[in-house]
Amino acid sequence: MSTPTSAPKKLGLREKYARMTRDLAWEPSYQPKDKIYPQAGLEGIKIEDWDRWEDPFRLTMDAYWKYQAEKERKLYAIIDAFAQNNAQLNVTDARYVNALKLFLTGVTPLEYAAHRGFAMVGRAFPGAGAQVACQMQSIDELRHVQTQIHTISHYNKYFSGFEEWRHMHDRVWYLSVPKSFFDDAMSAGPFEFITAISFSFEYVLTNLLFMPFMSGAAYNGDMATVTFGFSAQSDEARHMTLGLEVIKFMLEQHPDNLPIVQRWIDKWFWRGYRLLTLVAMMMDYMLPKRVMSWQEAWEMYFEQNGGALFADLARYGIRMPRHWEVSVKEKDRLSHEAWATFYNYGHAAAFHTWMPDESEMAWLAEKYPASFDARYRPRYEHWIAEERAGRRFYNPTLPMLCQVCQIPMVFTEPDDPTTTCYRESHYHGEHYHFCSDGCKDIFDAEPEKYVQSWLPVHQIYQGHCGGGSVPEVLRWYRLEAGRDNLDYLSSPDRQNWQRWKGEAAAG
Amino acid sequence: MSASATVLAYRGEPKDTAEHFHGNHLLYLGWDRHLMFCAPVCVPLPPDTPFSVLTEQVLPAAYAQHPDFARIDWNRVEWLLDGQPFTPDPARTLAEQGIGHKSLLRLRTPGLDGLGGSAS
Amino acid sequence: MSNNRVYIALQNNEDARPIIEAIEADNPHATVTHFPAMVKIDADGRIEVRRASVEALIGRAWDPQEIHLSLVSISGNVDETDEAFILERHN
Repeated sequence: MSTPTSAPKKLGLREKYARMTRDLAWEPSYQPKDKIYPQAGLEGIKIEDWDRWEDPFRLTMDAYWKYQAEKERKLYAIIDAFAQNNAQLNVTDARYVNALKLFLTGVTPLEYAAHRGFAMVGRAFPGAGAQVACQMQSIDELRHVQTQIHTISHYNKYFSGFEEWRHMHDRVWYLSVPKSFFDDAMSAGPFEFITAISFSFEYVLTNLLFMPFMSGAAYNGDMATVTFGFSAQSDEARHMTLGLEVIKFMLEQHPDNLPIVQRWIDKWFWRGYRLLTLVAMMMDYMLPKRVMSWQEAWEMYFEQNGGALFADLARYGIRMPRHWEVSVKEKDRLSHEAWATFYNYGHAAAFHTWMPDESEMAWLAEKYPASFDARYRPRYEHWIAEERAGRRFYNPTLPMLCQVCQIPMVFTEPDDPTTTCYRESHYHGEHYHFCSDGCKDIFDAEPEKYVQSWLPVHQIYQGHCGGGSVPEVLRWYRLEAGRDNLDYLSSPDRQNWQRWKGEAAAG
Repeated sequence: MSASATVLAYRGEPKDTAEHFHGNHLLYLGWDRHLMFCAPVCVPLPPDTPFSVLTEQVLPAAYAQHPDFARIDWNRVEWLLDGQPFTPDPARTLAEQGIGHKSLLRLRTPGLDGLGGSAS
Repeated sequence: MSNNRVYIALQNNEDARPIIEAIEADNPHATVTHFPAMVKIDADGRIEVRRASVEALIGRAWDPQEIHLSLVSISGNVDETDEAFILERHN
């Protein structure tokens, strides 16, 4: 008796990846490749050999489905338990839910845009390795949208501001910031899109969104958000690796690619950093229990980890993104400038704003010793006094917006935090205004794109937003005045919370 | 190397040229060292608006909530039009003195430095 | 001194705990920081997650790709094999 020695050997990871990915592709025989992949050459990126693409995760479709199914089982078990146990009552304070409103109305539609974007670039790239990675990411992003909609659905039963998230994304002034960011990437070519989203946004910047913020959600008792957040983030590690691989691949393929890639890194670092302004404010002002300050997070995730990344990429000739020094100069003012903006325009936002209480101001002063007491506390104390006198401050006039990031021009000079930063370009006889050198550079490199920006304030004045008065515009946003907007102090959310928690109504 | 000829030949339609604003021009106004108003503001005005309408109606509507506003000595205000020092004539129209569509007009009020001197 | 820091962040849950323990044992140069709901492990140059070490702790076969179920984030160049999940920087 002899045992068979030719039993099929289990494939090693590298071999399995090669068989299940590359070997599924084929050489076309009756159409030339440039006709099948017409977008691949539009941006000037030169690829000599797509077979040199290295996917470090070596995840094949069968393993992908197995692990994603396991993630989904875990996630929905928790979301289900959260709903069944009325766990929305366990969050630290109803003010916290406003951070979630901003996250879910701002980010969820971007997950869907990412689903579409990766399906598009997966089709546009001629290499099998890149096609498979983009296809997996496209499916991941659709999963993220779905998990977030489940969370919206639950919170929407108890709190205002969630129900018209899809309608608002295409209309509301501050949601135009994330929307235009993604539309900008989607309307670029496939290589720029993947540099923008996979590298600059996911690899360099989204840690600031998902790590301290989701950890903050856990700290504030919001298990539903922690769960969809970390489940999404577990896919994100794969997406970040794709982003790094794309950069290395383009730079290894041809020396002519370096200046193009560096320009995209410069541009998309700045676009992404400006978008994260909203996250800075969520961390410092909207979490009743705070994990770390924006400044600490920026130091940890950008200065230290981003610094290591760019030191690593120096061998390819890549340097730190332009204007990164400005982000460091702004780290002790960004969240305060952003919160003041939403306090100014809280009558036109689908979430509530408020003034920090004394213990929160003490925390802010401790975390921002060089800036808070000198510059922001006097403003807040004035606003608190006005509110107590029955004159809660709202800014009565629509703001001037930056032509590129579309954020109101709230940022201050890099070397003078008491003076608004104004930058301007003239193009074909028109004035264009910017919040920063970073946004001005982006316009000057592609003016034909950004002369078309859909700027919410200008659109209102052109008569495209339901009318010229604030109530008319709010109706067009489907934002219910008196319920979804205004100060937290006067909100139905607060009244309900006090009723549910058995707290005495104050004042 | 750069992008293909197709990309370089691309032309966009500017969205905010003056003819889209029903006879108005957009004017941006910023009050330096008063960051309680988080950003400069944007107002639509007919180009034949006399400058005095700005000081008598538009600026009070925008800024009167600030305690410094009532203390402004209008004879001492320093104006910057599109980055250049500017001396307005209250009787002449915006268009007559070079205040055009999407111009930026900043005012500086020496001695008034915001809430508690904090530039707020 | 050049900055060649890498990190891995894992969820702070039952599935991730043996992975975290294995990393601590195999990477004595690494620093472990606990945050609400997550654990972040930083190290200069390199972090290895070894299949054999995790298996010794959990008493069953463990595929390094199972790390995808617990991963929050990473920084560094990834090398994934049958034996280990590795993050490294060479600069």
